[in-house]
Amino acid sequence: MSIPAALKLFRPLLEALRDLTPIILVIVFFQLFVLKQPIPNLAEMLAGLLFVLFGLALFVRGLEIGLFPMGESMAHAFARKGNVFWLLLFAFLLGFGTTVAEPALIAVAGKAAEIAALDGVIDTTEQAMDEYAFGLRMTVAFSVGTAIVLGVLRILVGWPLHFFIIGGYLIVVMLTYFAPHEIIGIAYDSGGVTTSTITVPLVTALGVGLATSIKGRNPMMDGFGLIAFASLVPMIFVMIYGMLTV
Amino acid sequence: MSMLQLFTDTIFSTMRDVLPIAAVLLGFQLLVLRQRVANPWRVMRGFIYVLLGLSLFLMGLQKAIFPLGELMASQLTNPEFVYKDLYAQGITAVQTVRWDDYLWVYAFAFAIGLATTLAEPSLIAVGMKAEQVSGGGVSAWGLRLAVSLGVAIGVSIGCYRIVTGTDLWLYIIVAYIIVIIQTFRAPSMIIPLAYDSGGVTTSTVTVPLLAALGLGLAATIPGRSPMIDGFGLIAFASVFPIMSVMGYAQITVWLEKREQRREGKDAL
Repeated sequence: MSIPAALKLFRPLLEALRDLTPIILVIVFFQLFVLKQPIPNLAEMLAGLLFVLFGLALFVRGLEIGLFPMGESMAHAFARKGNVFWLLLFAFLLGFGTTVAEPALIAVAGKAAEIAALDGVIDTTEQAMDEYAFGLRMTVAFSVGTAIVLGVLRILVGWPLHFFIIGGYLIVVMLTYFAPHEIIGIAYDSGGVTTSTITVPLVTALGVGLATSIKGRNPMMDGFGLIAFASLVPMIFVMIYGMLTV
Repeated sequence: MSMLQLFTDTIFSTMRDVLPIAAVLLGFQLLVLRQRVANPWRVMRGFIYVLLGLSLFLMGLQKAIFPLGELMASQLTNPEFVYKDLYAQGITAVQTVRWDDYLWVYAFAFAIGLATTLAEPSLIAVGMKAEQVSGGGVSAWGLRLAVSLGVAIGVSIGCYRIVTGTDLWLYIIVAYIIVIIQTFRAPSMIIPLAYDSGGVTTSTVTVPLLAALGLGLAATIPGRSPMIDGFGLIAFASVFPIMSVMGYAQITVWLEKREQRREGKDAL
């Protein structure tokens, strides 16, 4: 690595150190002064912290030179091309693709199938549980795709975001009342699971890039909001899935 | 598990996560947009940095932060710690749970909510973009601090709710009413960013520790269900940052107005 490149990595490293210091302080304080216990496996913990530090610095540098420019250049290219169909298909696949293989979602779906089987909603056979988990995963992935499509449409047309979000949460509250209660926890969790660390920068760059290159759109007012859609729509879809599979 | 195996496992699961996205990006780039990316090798290097960085980050968390953090969450919620004075007197059957028995838990929830959100990679990404797009009007650090404070306050209230056993819906509905009122009063340019902050916080670093805290509390307090109360905390962690980010903008505007008024008076 050349010297300027090393310097470029040095700044994110310092920032990563700043970002991680609070966690270290909190853990050390509570462990030593509140619980009054020594730090177990100190050497292993220090090694782990070094990994976290370098990982965060690399990630931020990668965002700056890879994910952000890529997302933005594609957004500009779509806006220039002016073909809404391809843009919406891209938006759907981006949402679907970032979610369908998400490890956290696979874990949540498996757990949900176990709970459904215990509650007698589905059979306790391996096959029934796998089917339920797979259906749930597809539902969430499909819902995130739909969410990004809706969010991109909103940017294109210029609808105000808050009507969607407030309306969406009203639907969530209403569905919470009707949906079988074992699905509610999963539904609320799925909203958080879908916004993974790679989805967020890409989707943000896409939204901001679109809002910058379309005339009459303000990147602050119109560029953000895709993530809000991506965490809201899955809750609605998963609760409906729970109501339909009963 | 050996370090090497952990590393390959983490890289593999991160790659499985990234592969479909890479396929979509590449497919559209080559087949639909048919345009050359500026600096393709640089962008490629960026993707490798992200992949490697995220794997190292997750692996380090699993080695250093999660085991100890989860252990601490379970120790702090353990009746042996909460009622250590009573236990010392030989009383081990605690009849009623008082909310102020758990002050250390609220403090821990606040501190860990604040600290983990500050280190959340997705929030760092959104902060970078917001600062760039607003031309410095929204500072990345200020936004992240506002979101982190929101999570911190949210999860401490969430822990209080689990301890007292009050209804989750009550809190969430009141919170949303506040969000709706703020939406119509806060400067409109902050609103999309505020809504996004709600989704960003519940991610890699924060969720496992909060889940451990919620489960620990729900499992040790009689009458609470880990199923319902564990996820409750995450709901708090997503609503409160919306309020705190809009609040941050409202306070900034209010301070500017007061400053202007004062300058106006001085001029007279």
